[in-house]
Amino acid sequence: MNLAYRDVRHNLGRFLLTCFGLSLLLGVVLSMIGIYRGLVEDALTLVRTPAVDVWVVESGTRGPFAEASRIPGDTREAIARLTGVTEAGSVTYQSVETLLMGTKLRLYVVGYEPGRPGGPDRITAGRPIGRSHYEMVADRRSGLALGDRLPLGRNTFTVVGLTDGQVSSGGDPVVYLTLLDSQKLQFELAPPAARRELARGGGQGGTDTINAVVARLSPNASPENAANATRRWKHLSAMTQDGQETILTRSVVERARKQIGLFTTLLLIVSAVIIALILYTMTMDKIREIATLKLIGAADRTIIGLILQQALAMGAIGFGFGALLITTVKDYFPRRVVLQPEDGLALGAAVLVLCVLSSALGVRLALRVDPANALGG
Amino acid sequence: MQAAAGNRPLVRVAHVSKHFGAGETRVDALRDVSLEVQPGQVVALLGPSGSGKTTLLNVIGCITEPSSGRLELDGEAVYDGRWLRGDLRKLRLEKIGFIFQFHNLLPFLSSTDNVAVVLSLAGLGTAAARRRAVELLDYLEVGHRRDAMPAKLSGGEAQRVAIARALANRPRIILADEPTAALDSERARIVMDLLRKLATEQQAAILAVTHDEKIFDRFDHIFHLRDGRLDNQEP
Repeated sequence: MNLAYRDVRHNLGRFLLTCFGLSLLLGVVLSMIGIYRGLVEDALTLVRTPAVDVWVVESGTRGPFAEASRIPGDTREAIARLTGVTEAGSVTYQSVETLLMGTKLRLYVVGYEPGRPGGPDRITAGRPIGRSHYEMVADRRSGLALGDRLPLGRNTFTVVGLTDGQVSSGGDPVVYLTLLDSQKLQFELAPPAARRELARGGGQGGTDTINAVVARLSPNASPENAANATRRWKHLSAMTQDGQETILTRSVVERARKQIGLFTTLLLIVSAVIIALILYTMTMDKIREIATLKLIGAADRTIIGLILQQALAMGAIGFGFGALLITTVKDYFPRRVVLQPEDGLALGAAVLVLCVLSSALGVRLALRVDPANALGG
Repeated sequence: MQAAAGNRPLVRVAHVSKHFGAGETRVDALRDVSLEVQPGQVVALLGPSGSGKTTLLNVIGCITEPSSGRLELDGEAVYDGRWLRGDLRKLRLEKIGFIFQFHNLLPFLSSTDNVAVVLSLAGLGTAAARRRAVELLDYLEVGHRRDAMPAKLSGGEAQRVAIARALANRPRIILADEPTAALDSERARIVMDLLRKLATEQQAAILAVTHDEKIFDRFDHIFHLRDGRLDNQEP
């Protein structure tokens, strides 16, 4: 006879309400893990999209994402001639803010040379950029649709293609422009500033500057060798794709990772305390029944089983509800929430362990109940 | 009234004392108490509040260890140094049935399951336990309420279910703590008649703590406790 099940069935409404409260808490824990995964995924999406092997940036920097990097526009030609390099492309990256129908819109602009590495990997609607100027490919998260016209800098661009899931490490949706347009957007001075430069004899200055060169290698070429060869140019630095990904995950999103990790840990501790208090209260409510059970000859394992089974049921139901809740609403979060099965399983296992540990308080109380409490009025 | 005199007593308490605390805070709950209850006897334990009735019941129920003296249940010496907590639990499960003032039925189990749970604890399979539980409920004329939850039972019905639970493992000793306190006169008499019937039919020893004067005439013996001492023993 399963006493835990009978007790739960007797107080089903209260038990389910408790489970629901716990599920909200565990849902928040799961969403925090998902937000962290999303943060890393977002950061890596941008660096993985070009599908390249080597990143060439300004010497002494770890650009173009972790630090600013500016290199001459003709660097691509030099890199393309290195042994093992099959393709190279110049790229620029910058954050901009513009207005779309009166609403502020933050975008992450990627400039690339159509036909060379650095552009979007997959267009889900429309077409890739086909003209040299004033066309853009935008991510759906920007809210832009095909045919929309968007002012950026002193020009207006038409959306000709759409991508999915392309955002920066900061969560801003990505838009792709031609390299020439993005260089103008990033490096061309505003007319008053240009006039001032002219007045002080500085000239207008060129815009043939880029943030990085990305290079693909032949299958047999070593990215490390290509990077070492690039570093011989004193004004350039290079890193492999793995190195760039490490910088992004360990440097760019490190603080956010720690912050979320700490918060998740705190939430788990809070969950453990709450589970322990719920189980303690549930045990307190059953003191007389436990005393009666002990008096009529129930073994300690029967009492422990009663509490432990309820704790595990509460944890499992709470986690199940929480996971279902977050899976349902995750797409409504402003930032990407990535729920991975292994994270869910790990949290589920952690919750069950927490339930067992948290039930210790209730079990201790139950084992200390004197059977004599059942006697008397 | 009948007593199976001459038989080996089912309950034998010899020179039992129990104190709590030490020094100035020491309380002597029982002082040199001796009594015997024979098979088939229904005896009462009477005394004012604080006289030691519950402590004596706890000692006989193997819940509280006496400070000194000897306790024998069904001819077996208890608390002689060989008994572990688990052994006492098993002894309670197999040899002692408890009846409480407020029935103490488990609120989350039906009448049948409240009785069957004791049998399950003793290792009987669920189906067999439930069969025996239904038999007992029928025997105590409360079988028609076998599926009712305790909250839906009247006081008399609940007490009869509690008695069925106490009898589930066919104990030789039944300890009752104010078994009729929560019942009206009519139901109190019915419960006492029932206990008498059990004592006679199953040759059990029944020891009840009571204040209920309405049922004094239903006992074979009444033991008076005062300040932890047994005053006298009257038929």
